[in-house]
Amino acid sequence: MSHTDRENFRQGSAGAVPIFVLYLCVSFSLGISCANSGLNVLEAALMSALNMTSAGEFAAIGIISRGGSYAELALSQVVINLRYLLMSAALMIKLKPNETTGRKMLLATGVTDEIFGISVLRRDPLNPYYTFGALCTAMAGWVSGTALGVVLGNVLPGILVRSLSMAIYAMFIAIVLIPSRADMVLGAVVVASMAASWVCTKIFPGMEGGIRCIVLTVLVSALAAAVFPRKDG
Amino acid sequence: MDRLYIYISIAVMALITYAIRALPLLVFKKPITNNFFRSFLYYAPYVTLSVLAFPAVLYCTDSLLISSVALICSIIITLVFGNFVLTTFCGCMVVFLLELLVG
Repeated sequence: MSHTDRENFRQGSAGAVPIFVLYLCVSFSLGISCANSGLNVLEAALMSALNMTSAGEFAAIGIISRGGSYAELALSQVVINLRYLLMSAALMIKLKPNETTGRKMLLATGVTDEIFGISVLRRDPLNPYYTFGALCTAMAGWVSGTALGVVLGNVLPGILVRSLSMAIYAMFIAIVLIPSRADMVLGAVVVASMAASWVCTKIFPGMEGGIRCIVLTVLVSALAAAVFPRKDG
Repeated sequence: MDRLYIYISIAVMALITYAIRALPLLVFKKPITNNFFRSFLYYAPYVTLSVLAFPAVLYCTDSLLISSVALICSIIITLVFGNFVLTTFCGCMVVFLLELLVG
């Protein structure tokens, strides 16, 4: 770990403090679901530490609570988490060309929606230790929030839980809109994606959220890439 | 509930989720030069987050009106200040205050 790596790790772990707070709130409600499904505090915390994926874990808890098969569980994780494949590929082009396998494996641990969001905003080349630093801070929030949710469960008043549930969406909105302010094309793609998502829920009301996410990501991104190719690549 | 089933389930989830995250980084050995594919990868995460956010954000509280107002406030605050911490905090506060008013 060089001096630059240490500096990047420090910046990443400091930059992820808002994500720590966000994850603490979001994973609290995850912990409540875990407790309702019969998971104890150790199992819930372990699941959060090893997965770091809100949508994937929410879906998994539902499957585990009704004793679903491992194959069903595996398929749900592939479908719901497939977006990380695209995010990892996007981070790949930000790395310096001779990055080592060990450092790439470290980087892979930190690919969540929000950590990707702050990592992708870094100037190229991305140092994997920045993302890893962010992961360490974010994971502390995600795991402790899950554990607190299991233990404190339904003690918190409903108004607080509903207020906190807005956090993740407000954060997504900010991540897509901040770069759109300086890039009209990206802004148009963001608005088109939301419109397509809304239309999709109206036309196919039974479609699972994770599948809609994958289908639209592939379709809208391909269309955008064909019509508005990036000049900088 | 069978404890072993839960631990194996957690292991299955962790293995698959990590494989999805690691595969592109470990398999793509050369930088991607195809401009269409690079553009696709540039847009993809923003499309994913947009799809995840909308219309789900409208149903994150019990009231469509409260969710809509919180969404509009989040958009305005992001466009004006460009700070995602501020947006997240204000989004939650708007829901909290409106629920206090309505409830």
